[in-house]
Amino acid sequence: MPASRRAATLPLLLFALLAAAPFLGLGEGWMMTLLARGMILGLAALSLWLVVGGAGLVSLGHAAMLGIGAYAVVALDEARITEALVVAPAAIGAAALFALLTGAVALRTAGVPFIMITLAFGQMAFFTAASLAFYGGDDGYTLYARSTLAGGRWLENRLGFHYLCLALLAGAFLFCHLLLASRFGRVLRAARENPLRVQAVGFSPYPYRLLAYGIAGGMAGLAGFLLANATEFVAPSFLAWQRSGELLFMVILGGLGSPFGAVLGALALLLLEEGLGHLTPHWRLLLGPLLVLAVLFLRGGLVGLPAQLAGTRRHG
Amino acid sequence: MTAQLLLVQALNGLQFGILLFLVAAGLTLVFGVMDVINLAHGVQYMLGAYLGASLAAATGSFWLGLLLALPATLACGLLLELLVFRHLYDRDHLAQVLATFGVILTLNEAVTLLWGSAPLQVATPALLEGGVTLMPGLQYPLYRLAILAAGLATAGLLWLLVEHTRAGALLRAGASNRPMLAALGVDTGRLFLLVFGLGAMLAGFAGAMAAPILSVEPGMGDSVLILAFVVIVIGGIGSVRGAFLAALLVGLVEVLGRSLLPDLMRLVLAPSPARQAGASIGSMLVYIAMALILAVRPRGLFPARAG
Amino acid sequence: MVEPVLRLDGLRKRFGGLTVTDAVSLAVAPGEIHAVIGPNGAGKTTLIHQVSGTLRPDAGRVLFAGQDVTGLPLARRARLGLARSFQITSVLPGFSALENVALAVQGRSGSSFRFLRPAAAEAMLNEAAMAALAQTGLAGRAAVPAAALSHGERRQLELAIALAMQPRLLLLDEPLAGTGPEEAERLVALLQGLRGRYAILLVEHDMAAVFALADRVSVLVQGRLLASGAPAAIRADPAVRVAYLGEDEAA
Ligand SMILES: Nc1ncnc2c1ncn2[C@@H]1O[C@H](COP(=O)(O)OP(=O)(O)OP(=O)(O)O)[C@@H](O)[C@H]1O
Ligand SMILES: [Mg+2]
Repeated sequence: MPASRRAATLPLLLFALLAAAPFLGLGEGWMMTLLARGMILGLAALSLWLVVGGAGLVSLGHAAMLGIGAYAVVALDEARITEALVVAPAAIGAAALFALLTGAVALRTAGVPFIMITLAFGQMAFFTAASLAFYGGDDGYTLYARSTLAGGRWLENRLGFHYLCLALLAGAFLFCHLLLASRFGRVLRAARENPLRVQAVGFSPYPYRLLAYGIAGGMAGLAGFLLANATEFVAPSFLAWQRSGELLFMVILGGLGSPFGAVLGALALLLLEEGLGHLTPHWRLLLGPLLVLAVLFLRGGLVGLPAQLAGTRRHG
Repeated sequence: MTAQLLLVQALNGLQFGILLFLVAAGLTLVFGVMDVINLAHGVQYMLGAYLGASLAAATGSFWLGLLLALPATLACGLLLELLVFRHLYDRDHLAQVLATFGVILTLNEAVTLLWGSAPLQVATPALLEGGVTLMPGLQYPLYRLAILAAGLATAGLLWLLVEHTRAGALLRAGASNRPMLAALGVDTGRLFLLVFGLGAMLAGFAGAMAAPILSVEPGMGDSVLILAFVVIVIGGIGSVRGAFLAALLVGLVEVLGRSLLPDLMRLVLAPSPARQAGASIGSMLVYIAMALILAVRPRGLFPARAG
Repeated sequence: MVEPVLRLDGLRKRFGGLTVTDAVSLAVAPGEIHAVIGPNGAGKTTLIHQVSGTLRPDAGRVLFAGQDVTGLPLARRARLGLARSFQITSVLPGFSALENVALAVQGRSGSSFRFLRPAAAEAMLNEAAMAALAQTGLAGRAAVPAAALSHGERRQLELAIALAMQPRLLLLDEPLAGTGPEEAERLVALLQGLRGRYAILLVEHDMAAVFALADRVSVLVQGRLLASGAPAAIRADPAVRVAYLGEDEAA
């Protein structure tokens, strides 16, 4: 099928670029740090895409899942447990559990109430993190060390960490594709388009949405594990609602129609912020209006940009 | 923990609640009538505080500052409507969330640029300085009582407007059944502009009034915004009456929870963990309350929309 | 007498002060086509909603295959074998016609908590879906997104979805509404072909179709059952002629 092959070209190209980046003159320390951050946020945005693009539910509390993953690393670090094979599953499990518990309540609503409830649960997690005095409270917590992998200190190696992030991102991307194409994903997509029709053929959307929300939480927890290791520092600001807004914007900037959009959007926003930050310390004054303009005019996101441009040229 | 302390904190809670109501009222109307979710509403509250403070400093009078802040915030609201919101009415909630998020980033940064990131201090007006003796041995700041009174009066006016005027009838019609507005031949463009401006002004008023009792700083609108969201979700989206009751409830829970829980926890825990657990549960209490209410009534306590 | 597939027992539904369903009792026997007719606003759709589970009645019971399903939601009733079509077409616009139907097949065949195997590659789902599409004359349009189908084709798709569920009872709310004469003729022939295999509760304004198809006809006027009986008896019933058919024939 040529259409699906064409759809796979861009992601493959991007992942190949990321794989080659260290050997394309992007191997400097700050650049590698930035790329790792981009891939980690890409993973977080991908997990949010599962909720927004896959299930059609707009969550404004997704940073909480990321933050809970990061705080799981903190809790284990405090107890001197640093083995990634323990820490990463714990981060995934903690975030997934939080997602399942809060999702069980939030999914009783839809639309705007859902947005607000996820926001409120996100705030709840934020305030909890800020009150954890033994993990530094508002000031955050500096890790003793990065996690070890099977006893080895692979994550401290810049290249090793780069490829770990890339492998997990690519794996999660593939997983999202498979998930959405499966029976489960078909019900999820159908419930997004028309919940009444889905019920009329015998499915209650609730358990499907809840499970998707839990899976997304787990993926975000994994991103939190990576983020904690990338920065070796975790603070309540990881869970701030502005972070949730940024993640949501990444998903939309890239294009809601495909999981690739989320990855692309994360990298694009990060680079944009970095670029604007070089121009002025008040870069948000530029980013804000760009964001508004992107929402107003970039309807299909970056992924849809070529089609949109072709469309206007044909009309213009 | 004494009865006096409890009374003081309850008054603080009510006073915070009434400020929340002034913010939430605009939010719930904008949502109820236009189906627009406006994250930037908290920014109006911040602008009210900054404009009130600056205008008071410029004119040398707190009262003049407060009075001038009203048309100033109204103008900001109208400008935002024309520039941004107008283009969002026929878009989905996701687009609205993101565009208004962009507005927040912009205005928070603009405020930092104009006024600096250090908090501004605003003096209590001389007329309302000092306290009143509520009972023997219990003084309560006069200014806080004045906020409570002004807020209640505004709520009363709003109630009159919504329940007893033609414009109010349109608002209620719009909140319960939007297509009806168009069917009635209402100029929705103008109605939306007015509702939006009114909401902005109410939030600005709350901010300007609150300036003397809290620190005026960039981002101050964000936390109020989120509590206002909790208020309108609990109250039932689109319902002004629901917003009023929920605002008082949230104000009380927030203030009493944060102040009393650390003490209460000491009954069962050692002092230090009690303070910690109390503080963290206290700050989560409104969200827990919201989750419980929604688990039982997903559409809030007083849903405005039929069907 | 055989056990009815569906029995409605004193159903009552109010919207505010308006009683839209008023003490409605009726039964549908296995294999029977039971038509409900009545003027616009008589409460036919509201009745279908209560049978399918999209609306809860204020009083009365819905018994399906001997089981009281009054308290069950739409999805549960669908899994018990109750399929409905909607008066206002309700399909999945972004899904192809085939995938719309395949979802219905998926609903009755095995768990849908399967996560990694592409559903579009499951031959069993696709074959059953294609069969239902072919039955409704849509086989040639299987790959077309539902949003791109014509109005009449979407009506056919609704029916294909319902058939794919292999239900014990079909609830059809104006399946012919908005179809052209040719499509209508084909749909009537199709429904004729279903006679005896499915119990059908049919709401329809097209009187020619109703009297061609129905084994029994019930007349609903302002929420009340005015008459119920064989088509010929209904046609001859003076009260029905006055309340309903009369104005139709005068027009
Ligand atoms: N959700 C509702 N709230 C209030 N009134 C309703 C509601 N749904 C239907 N009604 C009213 O109930 C009555 C019956 O409506 P219903 O749709 O069941 O009629 P119908 O027989 O299907 O009509 P038609 O032949 O036009 O499809 C109408 O007067 C309608 O206005
Ligand atoms: Mg009808």
